[in-house]
Amino acid sequence: MINLSDQSLIEKVRGGDYQAFEFLVTRYEAKVYRLAIRMLRNPQDAEDALQETFLQVFRGLSGFEGRSQFSTWLFRLATNVCLMRIRHRETEPSKLLPLEDYLPKLEEGEGPPMVDWADRPEDALLSKESREQMMGALDKLPPEYRAVFILRDIEGFSNAETGESLGISTAAVKSRLHRARLALRGMLSEYFQRKQDFGRLETRLED
Amino acid sequence: MEKDEKTTQVFSCKGMECKEMLEKLSEYIDGELDPKICQDLEKHMADCNPCLIFVNTLKKTISLFKYASSEPLPKEVHIRLHDYLKKNCQGC
Repeated sequence: MINLSDQSLIEKVRGGDYQAFEFLVTRYEAKVYRLAIRMLRNPQDAEDALQETFLQVFRGLSGFEGRSQFSTWLFRLATNVCLMRIRHRETEPSKLLPLEDYLPKLEEGEGPPMVDWADRPEDALLSKESREQMMGALDKLPPEYRAVFILRDIEGFSNAETGESLGISTAAVKSRLHRARLALRGMLSEYFQRKQDFGRLETRLED
Repeated sequence: MEKDEKTTQVFSCKGMECKEMLEKLSEYIDGELDPKICQDLEKHMADCNPCLIFVNTLKKTISLFKYASSEPLPKEVHIRLHDYLKKNCQGC
């Protein structure tokens, strides 16, 4: 059964085969959990959202017409479950800072040089602390931008699929994605700059 | 394009302005940009080191998030999910 397509598994579930549903869940559970933990940043909330999503999937499968792909429909449900939970929170950022705040600060060649951290290998950049910084940065994005970035850049959905999952146009996906990327780059650059400055300070103190 | 005083000051470059370039960067990275504009952009980057660093760190931001996001589902979360569904889907 593991090699069956989503559609074949769905047919079996509709025919009362619960094991087929378990296969379908196993196929997508890690992806849905990743979305939930990045949207909600709290393992317990993410687990609750995961459970709620697949319960909704089971209940909604009889009405799933297959006009869109199963994965698109699943992620639409999952994103909505997460967004509903976020709406009940009070601490979520609702507005993205102006774009200029994330632009390189280099004025007429007299400002500090930009930190080029792009050629450092992933493993060197991804310490426990920097992973936390990254998740913190993601958390600062308004949820609608966060969802676009996760679906499009982390999960690898196309612009059209992301738009369909979120109920927005492809143009809106592209615009939100661009702003989300710029914002995240700006926040990571600030962090790596701080780290580099701190490293230099430490070296000077040791000398 | 409307010139913002602050950003014009910051990005006074020859040819394609940095701010103009910035707006097209995602399309550039995603390979969705018109080839002619793509050429202008690459020409601009050859002369503008901050913009080149900007593009490279933007690409790196995306790859870092992707790279940091491949962790498996915790086993106990998997088990609790399947238990929960088995319990709640009966009689649905």
